[in-house]
Amino acid sequence: MTRQPSRAETAESAKIAKEADTQATTPADPPTDHAVDLRGIVKRFPGIVANDRVDFDLRPGEVHALLGENGAGKSTLMNILAGLYRPDEGELRVHGRPVAFGSPRDAIAAGLGMVHQHFTLVPSQTVTENILLGLSRPRFRLRLGRFEAEIAELATRFGLRVDPRAKVWQLSVGEQQRVEILKMLYRGVDVLIMDEPTAVLAPQEVEELFRTLRAMTAAGRSVVFISHKLTEVLAIADRITVMRRGRVTAGGVRAADTNRTDLARLMVGREVLETLERTPFRPGALVLALHDVEADNDKGRPALRGVSLDVHAGEIMGIAGVAGNGQSELAQVITGLRACRGSVRVNGEEIANCPPGTAIGRGVAHVPEDRTGVGSAPNLSIADNLIMKRYRWPPVATGWTIDAKAGRRIAASLQDEYRIDAPSIDTRARLLSGGNLQRLILAREIDAEPRLMVAVQPTRGLDVGAIEAVHRIFLDRRGAGTATLLISEDLDEILALADRVAVIYEGRIQAVFDVAAANVHELGLLMTGGATGALAGGAP
Amino acid sequence: MNSGAAPRRIGVSLPVSIRLEQRLTVPRWLSPALTIGSIAVALLISAIILAVVGGDPVRAYLHIFEASFGSIGVLSDTLVKATPLILTGLACALAFRMRLWNIGAEGQFLLGAWGASAVVLLPILPVGSPAIVVIPAMMLAGFLCGALWGLVPGVLRARFGVNEIITTLMLNYIALFWNQYWVFGPWSERGFQLTAQFPKEAWLPRLTDLSEAVPLFSGLTVHLGLVFGLVAAAVLWFILARSRWGYEIRLIGDSPRAARYAGVDIGRSIILIFFISGGLAGLAGMSEVSGVVHRLQDRISPGYGFTAIIIAYLAKFDPLRVVIAAILFGALILAGREIQPSGVPAMIQGTILFGLIASEVLLRYRVRVERRGMAG
Repeated sequence: MTRQPSRAETAESAKIAKEADTQATTPADPPTDHAVDLRGIVKRFPGIVANDRVDFDLRPGEVHALLGENGAGKSTLMNILAGLYRPDEGELRVHGRPVAFGSPRDAIAAGLGMVHQHFTLVPSQTVTENILLGLSRPRFRLRLGRFEAEIAELATRFGLRVDPRAKVWQLSVGEQQRVEILKMLYRGVDVLIMDEPTAVLAPQEVEELFRTLRAMTAAGRSVVFISHKLTEVLAIADRITVMRRGRVTAGGVRAADTNRTDLARLMVGREVLETLERTPFRPGALVLALHDVEADNDKGRPALRGVSLDVHAGEIMGIAGVAGNGQSELAQVITGLRACRGSVRVNGEEIANCPPGTAIGRGVAHVPEDRTGVGSAPNLSIADNLIMKRYRWPPVATGWTIDAKAGRRIAASLQDEYRIDAPSIDTRARLLSGGNLQRLILAREIDAEPRLMVAVQPTRGLDVGAIEAVHRIFLDRRGAGTATLLISEDLDEILALADRVAVIYEGRIQAVFDVAAANVHELGLLMTGGATGALAGGAP
Repeated sequence: MNSGAAPRRIGVSLPVSIRLEQRLTVPRWLSPALTIGSIAVALLISAIILAVVGGDPVRAYLHIFEASFGSIGVLSDTLVKATPLILTGLACALAFRMRLWNIGAEGQFLLGAWGASAVVLLPILPVGSPAIVVIPAMMLAGFLCGALWGLVPGVLRARFGVNEIITTLMLNYIALFWNQYWVFGPWSERGFQLTAQFPKEAWLPRLTDLSEAVPLFSGLTVHLGLVFGLVAAAVLWFILARSRWGYEIRLIGDSPRAARYAGVDIGRSIILIFFISGGLAGLAGMSEVSGVVHRLQDRISPGYGFTAIIIAYLAKFDPLRVVIAAILFGALILAGREIQPSGVPAMIQGTILFGLIASEVLLRYRVRVERRGMAG
C-alpha cells in the first residue's frame, strides 16, 4: 500500500465523497431479494483510498467473482463485509436490512463468513476440534463423537473430502482449506467469501473446490470469489465485478457476456499481452548439471530422491509439480542453502555442499519462494536490500569498507528501471506491496547478469500486469543466454515460458518433455503421481 | 446508520478515537527526540513517585545534578564511573545489533579484571617491569580473558545453536566464583577478600598524575580507561556504519535467513561478535582494576555488566550514543549514592528503561486522534 494518490486524485475522490454524502440522504430502496448489498463504500488508509464509492451486490444462489489486481481493493471490500474493517462511508445491507458489524462474529451471526488466504487452524488439533473452536457447544465435556458425525454429514453434502478425526497438521493445504470452509458452513453461514482460494491449490484440487462451490449455490447459498486469475473466474462465476485502484470498472457483468481480453483490460487499464512473443529456442552450452542428487527436508525426511537434470544457456527449464514435492529443496541444493548427496555442477564446476556465497560467486541468481523471510531483509531499506548480492565487490565495496554513495546510486537506478513503487530508496522493504517486493528481488538478481537463474514461484500472488512484466524479464534473460530453472506450480506459466518441462513428484523427476509436445492433462496426471508409461523423452 | 445492530464497543466510549498508523518513513530527528522525550517522562514519573513517598523531587534532582556535574571534581568522578559503563555498554550494543543477547558482560568484565590482575599477581611479567610493558600486557590479558569468556557461548551458539542468553547468564556466576576463589585463596591479602595493591607500574595514568605540570588536574581521578572507551566507540561506529562486516551485521540482525541467502557466513560473524564483545567487557574489567581500584577484590563490579544492557538499549545500540548514555548513568550511580544507597537511583534507571521501550511504539507508529464523526 505504498501508492500515494496524486493531488488530482485526492481532489477527485473528495468530490466523489461529497457527492456520496448528498446521495446518501436520498437512498434508493435496494431490492430486498439480494443476499448482500454494498452501496457507496469508501474506505481510506493512510496515503490511499482503498475503496472509492464501491457498489457491490450478491444474489442468493450465485457465485459472484470480484476480480482485480493486487491492491485494487478487493480484499478491503470483503473485509468490510466480513466485519474486519468498518467503512468510512457507505451502507451495508444483508437481505435488505441495514447492518453494521463490529467484528467477524457479528458478520457470521448475520450469515456472512470469510475464508482468508492464510488459514487460522490449530495444527495439533483435529478437524472437529478446530471447527468447534470458539463455539459455545460442547459446553464442558468434549463428547466429540456426535459432532464428528454431524461434520462428516455436512462435508459429504457439499463434497468436502476430509476426515473429521484427522489432525490438521496431517492435512494437505487443499484439505485445510476444506476445513476452513466447513468451519463457516457449520456456523450456518449462507454467504461465503473466499479470498484467492486457488492460490495454494493444485489443478485437480481447484476442480474439487469448484464442485463444492457449485453444490453450495445449488443449495441456495451464495459465494463471493476473490481472484485475479481470469481463467478461474470465467470458469466458476455467474457474475463478475472488476475493480481497479479502489473503484469498480465493471459491476456485476454476467460471465457469459464477457471474455478474457475485456476483463484483463478492465483490470489493468490497458491491453495485456498474455502470450509473449518468443525467439526460437537455441540452446547453448551446458550450464547446470545435476546428477543423482538426494537431499532431506527440514524434518529429515527424503525430499529429493535421485534427481538428474540438465539446463543449457538460453534455455528455460520448467519444473512442474504440486507444492511440497521437493521443489523448494531442489532450489536450495543448487544455491547452496541445503546439504545434499550427489553432484551439482555449474559451468562444469562442482558446487554441491559449498556455502551459498560460492553459488553467488559463480553467477547463480536465486529468486526464492519466501520473499519476505529469505529474499529480503524486511527492516532494512530498499537500498540495502538491493545491494545484498553485490556488497562484496566493487563498486559497492572498496576494500573492507562499503561505498554507501555508490550503493545508493545503483539502488536508485534499479528502482527506476524496475519501477519499484516506493517513496524513496530509504523506505523499509517490509512496507512494499507483494508485486513491488518481487520487482525488487528480480531487479537485484537480474542486475547481476546471472548465468543461471533459479526462480521459485516467481509470479505467485502477482496480478496480470505484473506477471506480464516478470515474464518479459525471463524471456529477455533467455535471449541474453541465461540458463533458467523455473520452478512453478502454475502450469500455464510453465507452458508459456519454458522450452522444456520436467515433472517432479515425491522428489523424483517423473518425465521431461519438450513443451511443444506436452499437454496439460498428461502433466496434471504426472504431477499427482500418475503413471509415467510411454511419456519419456524430450532432449534439446 | 441509525437502525440495525449497533456496533459493539469495548470499554468506555470516548468522544475521540485514537488510532495507531504505521509510519511509512521515519524522520531522522524522531529517534533522538523520542529518547530525550522518554527520559523526560521517566524523570517526571520518578518525580511523582518521590513526591508521593514524601520526598522533594526538585531538590533531589538538583542534588543529583550538583553531585555529578556541579564541579570539575565531581565531573571527573562521573567520568570514572562512566568508563566501565562505556566499554561494557559497547560490548552489549555490538552483540545486540546482531540480536545476540549477550547478557554476560558482567562475567566477561570479571574475567578481564582477573586476567589483568594475573599479569601482576601470578606474576606473568617479572616484578619490576616498566609501565610501558606492564600496561599493554594487562590490556591484552584483560581483553583476551573477556574475549575467551565470550567465545564459549559464541561457539556454542554458532556451532550447536545453544541459546546464548542461558549460557552467558550462567557463565556470569562461574566468573564470579572464579574471582572469589583467587581473592579468598591464592591472592588473598592476609585473609581479606582482596589482593595486595598493584605496583605503580600497573596503574593506568590519571589526570591527577599530571598535577605538577597542570595544577588544575590535582585530585582528578579520570584515567586512561576513558580514552579506551572513546576510541572503542569511534572504531565500532566506523565498523558498523561503513564496513562490509557492519552491513553483514545489520543483515544478520534483521533476518538471518536472508543473510544466509545473501552468502553471509553467519557462524563466523557470531563467533567474532562474541569475541569482540567479550573482549570489550574484559577491557572494562582491566581498566577498573588498573585505573581505579589498583587491586582485585570481591565485588569489583556493582553490576556494570547488567547496567550495560540498559545503556545499550538507551543508546539504541549506537556506539556513539552509548558514550552519552554511559555518562548519564555514571552520574546517576554516583549521585544516587549521595541520596540513598539503593532504591531511588535503581528506580529511576528502571523507569527510564521502561520509558524507552514504550517509546519504540511511537517510532514505528503515528498516533492519530480523531473526533468521532458518524456512528461507526
